[in-house]
Amino acid sequence: METFYFILITTIKTAIYFGILMLHVAYATYAERKIIGHIQLRLGPMVVGPHGLLQPIADVIKLIFKEDIIPSNVDRKIFTIAPLISLTAALSTFAVIPVSQNWFISDINVGILYVLGIAGIGTYGIIFAGWSSNSKYAFLGGLRSAAQMISYEVALAMSLVGVILMAESFNLTEIVNKQLEYSYGMFLFPQFLGYFVFIVAMLAETNRVPFDLPEAETELVAGYFVEYSGIRFSLFYLAEYLAMFCMSALATICFWGGWTVPPFLLKIFPFLGMIPGVVWFLLKVYFHMFLFFWLRGTLPRYRYDQLMAIGWKVLIPLALLNIVLTSLIKYYS
Amino acid sequence: MHPESTKELLINMGPQHPATHGVLRLILEVEGELIKKCVPYIGYLHRGVEKLSEDLTYVQVLPLTDRLDYLSSMINNVGFCIAVEKLMGINVPERAKFIRTIMSEVARICSHLVWIATHALDIGAMTVFLYAMRDREKLLELFELVTGARLTVSYPRVGGVRCDINQEFLDELHKFIEEFPKKVEEYETLIDRNRVWLKRTKGVGVITAEEAINWGLTGPTLRGSGVYYDVRKFFPYDAYDKVDFEVPIGKNGDIYDRYKCRMLEFRQSAKIIKQCIEKLPEGSILAEDAPKIRMPASPLKIDKNDIQFEIYIEDKSTEDFIKKFTEVYASVEAPRGELGFYIVCDDSAKPYRMRVRAPSFVHAGVLPRLCEGALIADVIANIGSIDIVLGECDR
Repeated sequence: METFYFILITTIKTAIYFGILMLHVAYATYAERKIIGHIQLRLGPMVVGPHGLLQPIADVIKLIFKEDIIPSNVDRKIFTIAPLISLTAALSTFAVIPVSQNWFISDINVGILYVLGIAGIGTYGIIFAGWSSNSKYAFLGGLRSAAQMISYEVALAMSLVGVILMAESFNLTEIVNKQLEYSYGMFLFPQFLGYFVFIVAMLAETNRVPFDLPEAETELVAGYFVEYSGIRFSLFYLAEYLAMFCMSALATICFWGGWTVPPFLLKIFPFLGMIPGVVWFLLKVYFHMFLFFWLRGTLPRYRYDQLMAIGWKVLIPLALLNIVLTSLIKYYS
Repeated sequence: MHPESTKELLINMGPQHPATHGVLRLILEVEGELIKKCVPYIGYLHRGVEKLSEDLTYVQVLPLTDRLDYLSSMINNVGFCIAVEKLMGINVPERAKFIRTIMSEVARICSHLVWIATHALDIGAMTVFLYAMRDREKLLELFELVTGARLTVSYPRVGGVRCDINQEFLDELHKFIEEFPKKVEEYETLIDRNRVWLKRTKGVGVITAEEAINWGLTGPTLRGSGVYYDVRKFFPYDAYDKVDFEVPIGKNGDIYDRYKCRMLEFRQSAKIIKQCIEKLPEGSILAEDAPKIRMPASPLKIDKNDIQFEIYIEDKSTEDFIKKFTEVYASVEAPRGELGFYIVCDDSAKPYRMRVRAPSFVHAGVLPRLCEGALIADVIANIGSIDIVLGECDR
């Protein structure tokens, strides 16, 4: 009986989490279009609903009812399964991400490893999509993404080692609580090197500007999903935004103290403690989301070889240096 | 074939590709991302402008030249008019010369704005695109104010210009030119010192001065390699010998230097326009001996049987002049390079042969030289930096 209740409650929790997450994703696309619109002296969506607020819903309806075209020469099985792999991987990462104290679906002891591992599986979706499309542009996009994800996953994981060393735990809730023990309340300050590496690697992991090479629309037209249409295309789109949210949440938890307010701020402004933790969490996540959008409005795109050079020659040495420094400080204090 | 032997991947880039600036088609042989061979195919926008013009009178050819380089139709018109004027020995009044110079420079700014917009977009900087389009819009409105058209203006005429400019236009233009250098700085804040931009452009697509001359490059694409050549300085036409301006030249001949040349040309164009507005003389806008065009007094309902050009053009006056020369070449400095019109004349009011020396055509030919050995992403950057318009390339 207990098992049954556990499963039931987890299912309900997951459903609620999923629903809220999807709404966030839908309105993140809206936010992106609005923010980039205003950066570029445009208004963004304005027609559907007041200030275009219903635009994401209209988009979803359109994408669902669009004809799903499968080109005749594709590898049908892999072609249909590829977007699902990407989406499932992106969704699964949220199983362990806590949004506030005791607000999570599952609290496992190796949270960080789980997130990194599952996020890595998403790459398979992209590679499969590029390979099975039987299109040269998609193929090049898939290849680029394979190389990019492999090299940047290393940097991403290494940048988090410093955090793990300081928190002495892989558990995401533990990491947040550990940050409260310091008066500055965020690992951002002692781990600024790690944070920098993480942010850059995060952009590359999620295929965003300036590292959006796998989908570079002016070179590879649309990259790995050039042959996809309708709902399958939107699944990739969804996976990309989910990955962005996931990385933003990870950055928030590992470097920005999650749902907590830094103690030194709390001392000066005690009323800040009244605001529920989830609000802080969302604010911090949306700061990172804004960073994604902001960079997209500002930066050009790197070239393939330059991307590789940055990954292997700059980010990984920096992450290693960070690990060494953190360990030394930890050892001698 | 042996099972272990490998083959280069053939990629067909274009004619429908978001970054080939129209309908350029490139066949790329790639090994990974490295380009082994690049062959450009042109002709997808061929409309036979040169052949068509053999069946039209000199005056009627003018609107066709709009359709060559549709981003700077004004300069095409001016180029054609200058060639015909040379042929007929017409002296253009001073005021018309100044007006043409102003309009040519406005067209140059317009064209360069489209170039920076698309070039930046190709490399991934989206925002520059919309900034540049915002400013181009204002200039197109100014064109509309004078000529009634935004893109295909057909404004100059053989022997002058079609209609006079008014004070409102001059005021608006002056206001724009005052603000314009700041706008250029705005684009530069986005890309000029941007590390990503520098990495994508510096040392990429290098062509030396000697090679550039051998390939027949002109315009900013040549000047980026450090060669001082500008039709406006070497063979001044219109009012260019009466204004003071510099010709920016680059040094290394890479994409960045070509970019820099055009960015500096923005400022020089603004300078030329400013001087022209100050020095604009009074007087007639059309030479007295210009071929006459009879404009219909009211909109005409054209009967298909009655579509003789005599409704519009009184071509008898033309024949008096054309015996002086049999052939003539005249060139102008278009935004893309030297745009030349070579006209062979028999004893009729129609050109026997008109040949257009289109800079885009020459520049498209140098693409393999620039791209081979580079990466796929560089192809896009190179196409942007040589700034081709396929309407002019294919004619």
